[in-house]
Amino acid sequence: MSTSEIFPAFVNRKSFIELDGRARARSLFDEGTAKELVGPFDRVQSPWLPIQGVAPQADDGCIVIKGKIGGLPAVVISLEGAFQGGSIGEVSGAKMTAALDLATRDSETGKKTAAVLLLETGGVRLQEANLGLAAIAEVISSILALRRHAPVITVVAGTVGCFGGMSLAAGVSSYVVMTKEARLGLNGPEVIEQESGIDEFDASDRALIWAIHGGEQRVGIGEADALVEDDAEKIASAIRGYVQAGPPSEHRSEQVKLNRDRIAALDTSTQIDPISLRKKWNGNTTTGGAR
Amino acid sequence: MEQIEFDYPAAKRRMTKKAYVGVVGSGDMEVLMEPAGGDGAHVSITTSVNGFQDSWKAVFDRFFSKFDGAVKIQINDAGATPGSVLLRLEQAVEVIEQ
Repeated sequence: MSTSEIFPAFVNRKSFIELDGRARARSLFDEGTAKELVGPFDRVQSPWLPIQGVAPQADDGCIVIKGKIGGLPAVVISLEGAFQGGSIGEVSGAKMTAALDLATRDSETGKKTAAVLLLETGGVRLQEANLGLAAIAEVISSILALRRHAPVITVVAGTVGCFGGMSLAAGVSSYVVMTKEARLGLNGPEVIEQESGIDEFDASDRALIWAIHGGEQRVGIGEADALVEDDAEKIASAIRGYVQAGPPSEHRSEQVKLNRDRIAALDTSTQIDPISLRKKWNGNTTTGGAR
Repeated sequence: MEQIEFDYPAAKRRMTKKAYVGVVGSGDMEVLMEPAGGDGAHVSITTSVNGFQDSWKAVFDRFFSKFDGAVKIQINDAGATPGSVLLRLEQAVEVIEQ
């Protein structure tokens, strides 16, 4: 009996979630093509954190790697969720924007360069509030410029998830890939509870959170494109597929009429449940991830 | 936040590689290890937890009792315990000795 018969596939798989931000980015490239830009030894770090008594990180939690995916030029921008919750500050935001703009410039001169965003982030870094907000605006505008030429693929693998301003970046991407462990939403559960009360959203109710923000629900209602198992090879293969496909004919964020009509047609007299929303919006009959 | 510096002039073995390991997350730290320009090793620590200079000194005395590479070590720390510090240092050595 071989080992593959004794152990089920999930035991032998290489988890993507367990990799750190840099290893995640590297795992996506064709062998020997990855080259990191503005790495930790360049020491471009946040000037604002030490002033506030917080230790900075030498890459500011943003890893930019250029190379080839499936033989095509691509840049991967990965946020390290373990450093300050993957939050966006002045430096990490500038690294993201510059990487996206360089990809746009290459794409305009004929070398179509896809961008992959590995988002594990709570959004703006509170210690750099206004600069972080400005960075989010710049990142979004850079994504809009690039996605006309080449696909911008967002991956939310978990376990931090993608919230706040960076969820808008996910929203304007060409494609969104999620695992069922991942969460994606504008306001995080604790923020909703704090602002609207525990009757509106109970942030300690994990089943509720994943039924609303979880990968299965996001893909189920069509807010994300692919639900992939937490397996580095499966995630890399999904990304290769989207890099090869190029940008979609119409981006999700351009479907204004569709979304207006959907919201107008919602019956709010009774509580809307996650499963029926999947059916209504996406013709999706899956029931995973919801209670 | 505290800035701590140590020198270990006896560590003279020439190194050629760089190593970057770890993350500045709660209870963890990052290490940037690279060949030192002149003679001896130099350690520079930025830690968000104040008042543990003696513990840092003890950890590095022990580390340089076994390791003799002339390296420049920079650490950004978010409250790593002495045990985790040694493990991160050993991990960095593993990379540069490869």
